Amino acid sequence: MLKIDCPFCGPRDEAEFRCGGESHIQRPGPHNDVSDAQWADYLYMRQNPQGWHFERWLHAAGCRQWFNLARHTVTHEVRAIYAMTAPKPQVEAAEGRA
Amino acid sequence: MRFSALALARNALTGHQRWQPQWRDAQPQADYDVVIVGGGGHGLATAYYLAKNHGVKRVAVLEKGWIGGGNTGRNTTIVRSNYYLPESAAFYDFSVKLYEKLSQELNYNIMFSQRGIITLAHSRHDEETLRRSFNAMRLNGVDCEWLEPDELFNRMPRYNRDSRYPIHAGLNQPRAGSARHDAVAWGYARGADALGVDIIQNCEVTGFLGGDGVVTGVRTSRGEIRAGKVCLSVAGHTSKVAAQAGLRLPITSYALQAFVSEPVKPVFDTVVLSPATGVYLSQTDKGELVIGGALDLYPSYAQRGNFHTLEGVVAGMLEMFPAFSRLRLMRQWAGIVDVVRDSSPIFGPCPVENLYLNCGFGTGGFKAIPAGGWTMAHTLATGEVHPLIKPFGLERFTTGRLVDEAAAAGIAH
Ligand SMILES: Cc1cc2nc3c(=O)[nH]c(=O)nc-3n(C[C@H](O)[C@H](O)[C@H](O)COP(=O)(O)OP(=O)(O)OC[C@H]3O[C@@H](n4cnc5c(N)ncnc54)[C@H](O)[C@@H]3O)c2cc1C
Ligand SMILES: [Zn+2]
Repeated sequence: MLKIDCPFCGPRDEAEFRCGGESHIQRPGPHNDVSDAQWADYLYMRQNPQGWHFERWLHAAGCRQWFNLARHTVTHEVRAIYAMTAPKPQVEAAEGRA
Repeated sequence: MRFSALALARNALTGHQRWQPQWRDAQPQADYDVVIVGGGGHGLATAYYLAKNHGVKRVAVLEKGWIGGGNTGRNTTIVRSNYYLPESAAFYDFSVKLYEKLSQELNYNIMFSQRGIITLAHSRHDEETLRRSFNAMRLNGVDCEWLEPDELFNRMPRYNRDSRYPIHAGLNQPRAGSARHDAVAWGYARGADALGVDIIQNCEVTGFLGGDGVVTGVRTSRGEIRAGKVCLSVAGHTSKVAAQAGLRLPITSYALQAFVSEPVKPVFDTVVLSPATGVYLSQTDKGELVIGGALDLYPSYAQRGNFHTLEGVVAGMLEMFPAFSRLRLMRQWAGIVDVVRDSSPIFGPCPVENLYLNCGFGTGGFKAIPAGGWTMAHTLATGEVHPLIKPFGLERFTTGRLVDEAAAAGIAH
């Protein structure tokens, strides 16, 4: 079970949150130049890593704000919590078990 | 080795000390016509039908752990074909029909028990949706029956008559049921082995030979193996393995849990699924209740399972069957399932030459093992995608022609 530190409300039980999947996905454009393959990649293809995952979360039963987490998909350890518009943080350098 | 009453009697005389292993402990050869990655039901069935239906002899199944140790040995074993869309109904009903004859086919008792599956409606709106499924099944040629509350309480005497989610109606598929999951894996393994397939356990695929969009073999923890064709049937680990060939897939891996109670006398002789509580359950021949529910909350490769989901499933079950509050849960576990946006599998060739996919079954691929193996074997052996799985190609995500069972089948995920 996770305790997630909402940047707006503080630490809360994971059941209050909703995971919105992979973050940092850029919508391709301008739309007339986007091929079907690029569109499919944008809509459906995901990294789905066994390791560190940069993902969007919503504090659904709280402030209803979105934010990002860096979470490990095997240990479930959360190593960074950061704003929706912030770049991916470095998490790998400091650890040896990804 | 064949099983028979005579063999049982003969082995009883020797204290059951002389049973032989059911398949060889094969060593990896340098090259094969077809290498199948993943020794779950789908991989083993594919190998079996490659040898049996198509005479392809140089086939290996590479399994990183032990066969059936993945989702095939972790699932709740429900077999059904009550799907909504014609493409799905045709494929899954073919699978149910293969299941009906599988014990004879393999001379291995897979304990297929056609006890029906009842999907419940808990409101007028549920009822309308369920009617729609009922009509769709009829049109798809899959027999089913509509049950009113009286009939439902007769079929399920222990069901809560005073529930927060009252029963409005039920839809039964009488030919649905459950089968012994280990036996399905072992039966196909033994059958494939007898036909010359090498089943190689403790052999993890870590990468591919080839390059430039062509695969010519695999790298494994036990050395390199060349292959004419490579088929991935690694369920929740497909993204990870496919990434080694530079392939991106529309898959997200989640943990899905199952729960088993202590064994009790027969109390429940069908399978029931309630969309409102998000719980389905059945009782095994040994007497245990087998309970399943929704996916865990976030993507995961940890085969542990989340406590919130456990709580939710138990609460839902008790809403349906208050009497079961006295039972203890004996075991709980999780498998890593490969969830796809439209809840349909991904089958066939992919942009990497010689690489084939059988994945994306998510929470529901046990029922598909015989048909998955049959159609993949056809596809690998003939080079022509089997007609039953044509709608399920990877290209559908580019063309936009999804097979959207997520909205249609009423499954609780
Ligand atoms: C809790 C739970 C309940 C379920 N209930 C049902 C149900 O009631 N009905 C239903 O139809 N379906 C159900 N399912 C889904 C079903 O179990 C799966 O869809 C099905 O078993 C998939 O079979 P498979 O052979 O493709 O994969 P698996 O049985 O998972 O086999 C894949 C194998 O690949 C191996 N592997 C992975 N990576 C590598 C590698 N790099 N190299 C070599 N080997 C590798 C794994 O060790 C594994 O043995 C359930 C699943 C779960 C987890
Ligand atoms: Zn908050």
